[in-house]
Amino acid sequence: MSDTTVEARGLDLVFGDVAALSEIDLTVARGDFVSLIGPSGCGKTSLLRVVADLAQPTGGTILVNGTTPHAARLARAYGYVFQAPALLPWRTVERNVTLPLEIIGLPKDERRARACQQLESVGLAAFARKFPWQLSGGMQQRASIARALSLQPSLLLMDEPFGALDEITRDGLNLRLLRLWEATNLTVLFVTHSIEEAAFLSSRIVVMSARPGRIVEVIESDLPRGRDLDIRDDASFHALAHRVRTALRAGHSYG
Amino acid sequence: MKESRALPIAVALAILLLLWYAAAVALNWTQANGDLLATMSLAKPLLPAPHQIAVEFWNSTAGQRIDSKRSLIFHAAVTASSMLAGFALGVAIGLLLAILLVHVRVLDRALLPWIVASQTVPILALAPMIVVVFGAAGLTGLVPKAVISAYLSFFPVVIGVAKGLRAPDRLQLDLLHTYDAGRRRVFTVLRWPSAMRFLFPSLKVAIAAATVGAIVAELPTGAESGLGARLLAGSYYGQTLQIWAALAMASLLAASGVGAVVLLERLVIRARGGRL
Repeated sequence: MSDTTVEARGLDLVFGDVAALSEIDLTVARGDFVSLIGPSGCGKTSLLRVVADLAQPTGGTILVNGTTPHAARLARAYGYVFQAPALLPWRTVERNVTLPLEIIGLPKDERRARACQQLESVGLAAFARKFPWQLSGGMQQRASIARALSLQPSLLLMDEPFGALDEITRDGLNLRLLRLWEATNLTVLFVTHSIEEAAFLSSRIVVMSARPGRIVEVIESDLPRGRDLDIRDDASFHALAHRVRTALRAGHSYG
Repeated sequence: MKESRALPIAVALAILLLLWYAAAVALNWTQANGDLLATMSLAKPLLPAPHQIAVEFWNSTAGQRIDSKRSLIFHAAVTASSMLAGFALGVAIGLLLAILLVHVRVLDRALLPWIVASQTVPILALAPMIVVVFGAAGLTGLVPKAVISAYLSFFPVVIGVAKGLRAPDRLQLDLLHTYDAGRRRVFTVLRWPSAMRFLFPSLKVAIAAATVGAIVAELPTGAESGLGARLLAGSYYGQTLQIWAALAMASLLAASGVGAVVLLERLVIRARGGRL
């Protein structure tokens, strides 16, 4: 397998006469945690959807795991976490997590074993038999992450997964996600509009601007691995957040 | 909780009975020559008093052998058989059409207006023709009656289930798309379970409609048995007590049908952890 998970060159995406993405060049290395940050309408979700083969680019090329997004989707190379948990309310948490495994035709024992393992990794093992509506919003989103991971993808695509949660829950989930990423060789492509979240989580931050959706700057993070939430009081964190904020402003995104 | 629900129902029932008695006295006044007690004990009253209907109901159910032509249970069983057959047929057709409408866009545009139009034709006008057409094909008895019943009951099922199958949101559909789930899979794991919330209300309307259909179907067939036949005979001979007793039995039949659907709904809700 190549060292590049996502490789986009001159990517365009036009909806009618709106340029959602324009001339996107992006390389995501294997094991990277890349955040896409920018104001609403900058195309960060569109870019994620193109990677996931949920939207078709109108120009340029893109490779996911060295193949087309379509082939990558058919190979179940990625797990996708949406803005909302999108759990099926008539299934228990466990059966929500086994849903993708059911679709690929895994035997029942294997499905349950994997669900158990993934629920353990997001701290929901005790809630396997509960129904989604019996869980808090944060727990529901954790269940949806477990579902995305159950296919054991090499790439995790996350579209503002914690955007609807309160700050305290979000902090907890950010830390959990960071630990999960550090413990695995997962590549994460993470859409957010929170500067703090991007700075805390990412190894690289892709700053985008709107109309048309372009990449303004790619910022490498120099924060150490194994960091925890306290790092947000550090000068290095503030410096990183400042660079992101400056890049956002340079993209005329405040307005 | 149970008590607080029973009380309003009892009060409403008491008020209804009171109004009924008042109406019975008023309507039967002339026939009873102004005798207050007589207004409630006429043989062929304009509006029978509730207790007269209850007595007639009792006499024609508990007071008769079940296979007797005078037994309301016998007639109810005849109607129930075409109602159930019609309901089953209607639900099957309704489900099939709903699945087709949701999956084939051309059919949605081509069929839906006709499905809606089908319900604007008065069933009373259509029923005799259905009986004649099926009769010409050698089908009499249960089949044409079930078809008429199905004609009324398929409609709420198509409309409700089609809406339910379209209920999944964009996110859920995208999610299954990322797993490369085919249409059949999307149907079984997402669309069909989503439709449950819409299916049961539709089934309740459908089974009530099936009862009406079964009764209407008995009118033009010159049937000698069934609640419809009983209603018709009652009105020929001015037997208002017989009519009202048959009406009470028809409501009971429809209510049991709805009750059965509610029971099934409860089972499904339980299997889904308490929510539909």
